[in-house]
Amino acid sequence: MSSDVLVRGLRRVGAGTLVFVTRLGFATRFFFAVLYHTPSAIRRLQLTLREIYFTGVLSLVIILVSGLFVGMVLALQGVEVLDRYGANESLGIVVALSLVRELGPVVAGLLFASRAGSAVTAEIGLMKATDQLAAMEMMAVDPLARVVAPRFWGGVISMPLLAALFSTMGVFGAYLVGVRLIGIDAGAFWGNMQAAVDFRTDIVNGVIKSVVFGVIVSLFAVFEGYDAQPTAEGVSSATTRTVVGSSLAILGADFILTVFMFRGIGL
Amino acid sequence: MPHRSARSAARSAKFDPALDAAVELADVRFGYDRRRPILKGIDMVIPRGKVVAIMGGSGCGKTTILRLIGGQIRPQSGKVVVGGQSVPHLDRDGLYALRRRVGMLFQFGALFTDMSVFENVAFPIREHTDLPDDVVRDLVLMKLNAVGLRGAAGLKPSELSGGMARRVALARATALDPMIVMYDEPFAGLDPISLGVVGRLIRQMNDALGVTSLVVTHDVYESLKIVDYLYFVSEGRIVAQGTPDEVRSSADPFVRQFVDAQPDGPVPFHYAARPLAQDFAHVL
Repeated sequence: MSSDVLVRGLRRVGAGTLVFVTRLGFATRFFFAVLYHTPSAIRRLQLTLREIYFTGVLSLVIILVSGLFVGMVLALQGVEVLDRYGANESLGIVVALSLVRELGPVVAGLLFASRAGSAVTAEIGLMKATDQLAAMEMMAVDPLARVVAPRFWGGVISMPLLAALFSTMGVFGAYLVGVRLIGIDAGAFWGNMQAAVDFRTDIVNGVIKSVVFGVIVSLFAVFEGYDAQPTAEGVSSATTRTVVGSSLAILGADFILTVFMFRGIGL
Repeated sequence: MPHRSARSAARSAKFDPALDAAVELADVRFGYDRRRPILKGIDMVIPRGKVVAIMGGSGCGKTTILRLIGGQIRPQSGKVVVGGQSVPHLDRDGLYALRRRVGMLFQFGALFTDMSVFENVAFPIREHTDLPDDVVRDLVLMKLNAVGLRGAAGLKPSELSGGMARRVALARATALDPMIVMYDEPFAGLDPISLGVVGRLIRQMNDALGVTSLVVTHDVYESLKIVDYLYFVSEGRIVAQGTPDEVRSSADPFVRQFVDAQPDGPVPFHYAARPLAQDFAHVL
């Protein structure tokens, strides 16, 4: 009896592993196929710009409002701690480094996954469920070139811009709370920030992170949509997988990137 | 009614499956997995210029035949030849070149929901030609006019009825003047007026454009009015075939069950199960 349970358990683990490895292989091939079709996304620039609008411009509200509030809360919490050491004037440094290095790319990435990634997955999944992708194939038009590549690159281009705007709004929110509300000296706030934030170490690394997160979210979004079961339930599951999978991947990738960028390999 | 029979007889008289096949399937076998074969040796000839129906119950493999002809799937064995080319042996470029000459109307139209009716019909023209915009416009309006929907060019697919969507999809399927048009359940879910309109358009388009039409359907009444020849598929095999007149007068049990819509016959009413007494005995 117990050996039966063990065998069943092993079978289940084996089947799950097989499915995972198969999907991973398919996703890798899919990623290279999307890269192969990049020239057609450039040729169809209008389509890529349209996707930048849908994934980028239409995500602005949530990104800007979140950035503003995150910045304001950071300022409140920062002042509370810095005050204990008489280092209120360092608020600009704390906020800017937190936002540019970590919170900007990561939180913008998580918001981007739930706002734009889920929408892209649902759109491609529904196109599949309603035979639109099959119709395109039957018209001798490759959906990877016409549908997937522009959406992938639209997301990859939008993400760093959204992260930059998130950080900018965060800094502005911190300024409103720290300088305008609490009364920290404006010259110290901006001056310390300008002196401490390094373009190469902080801003460029933040941009690299946001590009990597853009690739992660966009790949999850287009792959899950393309691979979705063509049913209502299948599209729903695919959308959930995009949000959960890309969010976890962002957090994992952020840790790895931070290790290499800011601590060196030896930690 | 006599007029319709005479016309049908005239079409039947011209039919000769051996002549100039647009599509030929020989001993085609296919299954999505080895344990459950869907097609078990299909032989079929679709002559050029004719309207041919493939009929059968739900899940009998009709749509699979269309997918094989369109190269979306490959047979496990057998021959699929379209326009003289062996479809399973074509590479991607060859397959896409062939598909430019094959139009397909999907069950519910499969119109692109983010585009207008005009853009949907213009889509294949823009993708495969470098025609200037004013020429594309004229072509699209001509195609839409042929299906009676020139006035709906600016509408979105969500604003169309089922019948209208099917007609727009028909205009799109014929936008590049294909040699073959495949219809997957073109009559499904339509009201009687739309049903008649779509049926008449299939016949008219076929005759006016000189294409070959392959209609997968289970609508016997509408099909018998417009097609030149019918194949009946059941459990992955062709079980009967003939012209509309032959089908009407056929004594074949499967054809009779299908044409007369009988609930029981060669296709049983009951799904395979243990004997009734055994099941009830088990309960008691």
